[in-house]
Amino acid sequence: MSARKLGHFHGGLKLSGHKQVSMTGEVTTSPIPPQLIIPIQQHIGAPAEPVVSVGDRVKKGQLIAKMEATVSAPVHAPTSGTVSAIEEWAVPHPSGLPNTCIVIDTDGQDEWLEDRATHSQFHLLDPEELRKLIRNAGIVGLGGAGFPAYLKLQPGQGKLVDTLILNGAECEPWISCDALLMQQRARDIIDGLNIMRHAVQANECLIGIEDNKPEAIQALRNSLTDDEKRYIDVVAVPTRYPTGGEKQLIKVLTDMEIPSHKLPIDIGVICHNVGTAAAVADAVIRGIPLISRYVTVTGTAVAKPHNLHALFGTPMNFLLQQCEVHEGKLGRLLMGGPMMGIEIHDRQTPIIKTTNCLLTLQPQDIADDHIPLPCIRCGECARACPAQLLPQQLYWWSKAEDFDKVQDYNVFDCIECGCCAYVCPSHIPLVQYYRFAKTEIWQQERDKQKSDRARQRHEFRQFRMEQKKQEDEERRRKKKELLKKAQGDKPDEAKKSAIEEAMARVQAKKQQQHTATKNVDDLTDAQRKQVEEADARRERLNKDDPTT
Amino acid sequence: MLEAILVLTILSVIFGLLLGFAAVRFKVEGDPVVDQIDAILPQTQCGQCTYAGCRPYAEAIAKGEADINQCPPGGNTVIVALADLLGVDAKPLNEEHGEAKQEKTVVIIDEQVCIGCTLCIQACPVDAILGAAKQMHTVIKQECTGCNLCIPPCPVDCIHITPVETGLKEWKWPLPEPAEEEEQS
Repeated sequence: MSARKLGHFHGGLKLSGHKQVSMTGEVTTSPIPPQLIIPIQQHIGAPAEPVVSVGDRVKKGQLIAKMEATVSAPVHAPTSGTVSAIEEWAVPHPSGLPNTCIVIDTDGQDEWLEDRATHSQFHLLDPEELRKLIRNAGIVGLGGAGFPAYLKLQPGQGKLVDTLILNGAECEPWISCDALLMQQRARDIIDGLNIMRHAVQANECLIGIEDNKPEAIQALRNSLTDDEKRYIDVVAVPTRYPTGGEKQLIKVLTDMEIPSHKLPIDIGVICHNVGTAAAVADAVIRGIPLISRYVTVTGTAVAKPHNLHALFGTPMNFLLQQCEVHEGKLGRLLMGGPMMGIEIHDRQTPIIKTTNCLLTLQPQDIADDHIPLPCIRCGECARACPAQLLPQQLYWWSKAEDFDKVQDYNVFDCIECGCCAYVCPSHIPLVQYYRFAKTEIWQQERDKQKSDRARQRHEFRQFRMEQKKQEDEERRRKKKELLKKAQGDKPDEAKKSAIEEAMARVQAKKQQQHTATKNVDDLTDAQRKQVEEADARRERLNKDDPTT
Repeated sequence: MLEAILVLTILSVIFGLLLGFAAVRFKVEGDPVVDQIDAILPQTQCGQCTYAGCRPYAEAIAKGEADINQCPPGGNTVIVALADLLGVDAKPLNEEHGEAKQEKTVVIIDEQVCIGCTLCIQACPVDAILGAAKQMHTVIKQECTGCNLCIPPCPVDCIHITPVETGLKEWKWPLPEPAEEEEQS
């Protein structure tokens, strides 16, 4: 088996591992904290939609948030308890912005959901059925990116999978959770690999592990049956950062390169993390959804660095306490490794599916006081770049905010491994420039979509208004025409006589009003006499007065 | 001599016909430059440029009647893009038309105060307000361009400007601080 010819990738770094620090002893199971804070977004894609409400009692393994989009993952209750809130909470994200979390007050009984479907005979299941099980278990890539695993087990129409790779490289310094997982759950990883192999109908399986983890390599090799040895090969790969990068590991194991803007599946390869494989075995064989993981707690600010088996939603501080964090000496807390980790500002931030490591640093370990100096164009970054990009050009155009140029230099092939920034003698935070450019380009893309929609809506509105105007005009015209028609039917003579008749009627009415005396119907004789006298007087006066 | 005149005459007739044919055959409807300019403009339809919308402004720029620095919502980005497209020098935003927006905004209707007069619905250039006479109105946040054209007609001042919420998805990495020496220069 050692006859396999390995490839190698461009650049990369030799880093000191610091892995032994956290590999002392067993993996301890963290107790259930009094409160679990479970973010609805622990993966790449759309956030899950909560299906529980405040006050609900949930059991371990119960679905608490369902997926609403293709690229998403459901979330399950890690233990039994009562939902006490659904609210904004600090989540592990570089922005430090809060996001919606489901808060569960645990009851300590750890009571499982009753009807869990287990499938020990997974070979008999249809690949589609397996993907559904994996999807519904909320499994995402546990290596760090958190991409929904079922999507990566869907080769797509007409695409054949030749090689299924399990990534056990764990190349970043300090992190050791995958190493311990491989040592302690080797058989589960192989079971998960078999399930995945069946789901994608892969030919050959490779497990790539850096050669600084001999125990893990041995454990996996020992757990292979003779039959499995025919198609599974556990390969020790040279320790070099970032071998754990998907494209880099594929290059090393198969000597094949993935073209720019393509996926591994386009060259017939699928790559998953070893932790994902173990989670798949749990989900399919035991019916356990993804609710916990191994987390490395290490660094210089904890007295007892080691690996813990923690439930998702456990506040980071709860784990730090178990590792006896030196209060007051914790200068910085990172989630992930020193190269790609993100800084955590709030120690109550929960553990999520992609939390592989909590790295604690003392203030004196932080090399942040390096003030960036101008680029001297030494080219060290280009030599170190494992994606064979030109980091200084990318830096240049990112800084100038010329995003077309940044894309011409393939910024989206950058895996943000941080090698360029590590070797930079001017201490320029290069990766941050690329991240800036990437998020800025995405923003422009979103703006463009929005303005296109606004244009469409505006044009439609104008079209509608124009149409309405025309309709109104049409109606008015028709009304006028109708009126004309009604009048036009009568000949002129008839019209004239009609007018004359009407005029005569009016005249007559006027006359009547003028001459008729009102209130004279029920008069007494005396009154009548008075009236007559008055009339006679008026008559006489009118006659006498020549002016009237 | 005569031959030369003859040859040139025939040639000019041939080319004339060819050009005439091409002009008819490959006639471009509308002005493609207007489309290109319109694609750059932010489509807020706010009218701050003094034209009745983004497209009329694009037409005016294409005709040379309007300057490229009259679009406050687009700000510097749009000015640079227009300058690039038209091959002219970029210039600062003309402050007469308003100040460039620092952050994206949308409007919300205070539904307690709204009297259902529909005036804002008539003012909205992108049909982003929903409602009917004497019914409460509401803004479709996703479609609002933040042009604020609905605010002046409102008789009860129930429309307010709010910044667009930045979720995890919209969050952007900031540009790092520049290197020390460059900062000094």
